[in-house]
Amino acid sequence: MDDTKRYERLLNRYRDGDISRRTFLTALGAAGVVAGVTGGPMGMLAKNARAATPEQVRFDGWGGVVSEAFEKYAFAPYTQKTGIKVISGTFGGADEYIARVKAGQPGEFNLAHLSGVFDYARYHGLELTSELNEANIPNLKNVIPTLIDPLRKISGGTLSAVPYDYGTTGIAYNRKYISDDEAKAKGAKLMVDEAYKGKIGGWGEWKTRIWYGALQSDQDPNNIKDIDAVWDMIRSHRDLALKYWSSGAELMSLLAEEEIYVTEGWSGRIKALQDQGHDIGYLDPAGGLGWQECLFVLRGSPMAACEELLNFMLEPEVAIAVAEGQSYPPALDPNKVDLGKIIPTLPAFDPKGTLASLSFFDPAYWNENEADWSKTFSRVQRGY
Amino acid sequence: MAADIAGARRAPWMLLSPSLATVGLLLIIPMLFIVVYSFWLRTATGADQVGFYLDNWIEVLGDRFYRDILFQTFAIAFYTTVICALVGYIPAYFVANTPMKSKAFLLLMLMLPFWISYIIRTMSWINILGTSGALNTVMLSIGIIDEPIQMLYNQTTVVLGLVHYLLPFMILNVYVSLDGIDKNLTEAAQSLGCTGFQAFREVTLPLSLPGLAAGSLLCFVLAAGTYITPIVLGGPRDAMFANLVFEAIVTQLNWPLGSALSLVLLALLGALVVIYTRYLGIDQIAKSFK
Repeated sequence: MDDTKRYERLLNRYRDGDISRRTFLTALGAAGVVAGVTGGPMGMLAKNARAATPEQVRFDGWGGVVSEAFEKYAFAPYTQKTGIKVISGTFGGADEYIARVKAGQPGEFNLAHLSGVFDYARYHGLELTSELNEANIPNLKNVIPTLIDPLRKISGGTLSAVPYDYGTTGIAYNRKYISDDEAKAKGAKLMVDEAYKGKIGGWGEWKTRIWYGALQSDQDPNNIKDIDAVWDMIRSHRDLALKYWSSGAELMSLLAEEEIYVTEGWSGRIKALQDQGHDIGYLDPAGGLGWQECLFVLRGSPMAACEELLNFMLEPEVAIAVAEGQSYPPALDPNKVDLGKIIPTLPAFDPKGTLASLSFFDPAYWNENEADWSKTFSRVQRGY
Repeated sequence: MAADIAGARRAPWMLLSPSLATVGLLLIIPMLFIVVYSFWLRTATGADQVGFYLDNWIEVLGDRFYRDILFQTFAIAFYTTVICALVGYIPAYFVANTPMKSKAFLLLMLMLPFWISYIIRTMSWINILGTSGALNTVMLSIGIIDEPIQMLYNQTTVVLGLVHYLLPFMILNVYVSLDGIDKNLTEAAQSLGCTGFQAFREVTLPLSLPGLAAGSLLCFVLAAGTYITPIVLGGPRDAMFANLVFEAIVTQLNWPLGSALSLVLLALLGALVVIYTRYLGIDQIAKSFK
């Protein structure tokens, strides 16, 4: 049976109330992975694409609650039903993943939950982008245009990924020690406040450190005039910090165990902590850092099957279920799709669907400085 | 006759060929790839520029930053090795002088840590030394402290994590050395008037030095090459040389520079092994794995 018809029939059954939400999600996970595994092009690529054999498919994500949402609502039910194994890999950061992809063969890695426009540009620079046939992804029309346009601009009008969710990297603080008013008043400078020496954390990623260094030195992160002032702020933060965390799990552990009182944090992870009962405040300071995540199809993947899967994952019911699971708003435009009651309560959610209040990495500006700044950060981090 | 001689000459090579092929495919050829990579360049997009450039080597050998981190790495490895030697000698001595029946059990206990992932063992210190970890909880509950002490994420915890990881290697090497000492020698020394301590100092300790040296070499090399421990237990500044290799390859996507860095570390640690082999013999290490 044609995949599209199968998906439509499944969706209609759910909409008509013939099947429960759980059954629907189970079946969609199964069908989704089938699209990524058994499509026509896959048969031809099977010999070359290790992860794309009918026995298994490769999907890489951020781990933790994010990958749990994907696995729970899509992949695990599929494996249970069909016996086809889903290799659900995780990575701690986009840098780590791109190194793996670079070392691999075309087709070895198929789908990835990548972050930001910046990484999309890096993949494009390394000629790892594919070209999606948008006619096969009709649900793309429901996605917030502000999220699609920057990707299209990078890859010359075509797309290699569909935006899937968005969030912010704001300031997370323990309300037992830092009040909401204090956090609001100090903003990004809260993380270079000597009063919290030894109780400050931060993501040990050069882009985030420089972005916040720019805010702390009162500069526009996308147009830094005095980079030395930024390095000075990073040094101040380094000397006050207890730990640079390297994963969402480590971020949550450090805050939950009260090893640190303040750090930057990913909005969805902080929401997960709050849901667990931890009294953690979250603030997007002026000029706070927004980002989008996309489902990226790597060069060498079976395109038709992947497009089918992407379209399916963008079905509102699916995207909303995953978004609720991972606590990041979906990339669906709230002006076109009813996002239900929970999504509007998630941190970073923009009810207007314009994302005008968020600032994003300017890919051209940051890519231009990437080689120099990432290397310098490595030195500054070590005391230079 | 000539054919027989030629056949006899070929025979050792034929017998050696599986080993040579394995070493060539799994060690020499990958190493050559790294050497070649180190002369390439990273372009602005992260792609590699093929060619013969000395830029990476000039940077690595001429930049003080790399030298400083290298010294810091060797300092941490040295502290770790000394602590392992001091702490490891005692249990090794105890095991070597235990009656045969208990010895097997004690050796099994020594091997047990190897059954648990090194990362898990390293992370266990977070639950022990953390603000709400076991140690702080006990001290708070019995009133020794009023508020939790910050013990984690510094160079001391990095060394502690490395000692935890490497101690079994030291104990096993020293144990093998001690176990091979003829007990009659210490008894003879005592019968000639030595006290127990003198017999240990004059007979047992010198004879166990090869094992101590082998354990030290193993601990030093493994400690100097680690990068997980500083990530898990170190603070922002606590990096070791392998962390720079990781950053160059993974974060900066600069494989050529990462290759040059890894070759520098390999060369220095290799030199150490060569010096050790020249004066003490590498076979001492092999004994502990028999």
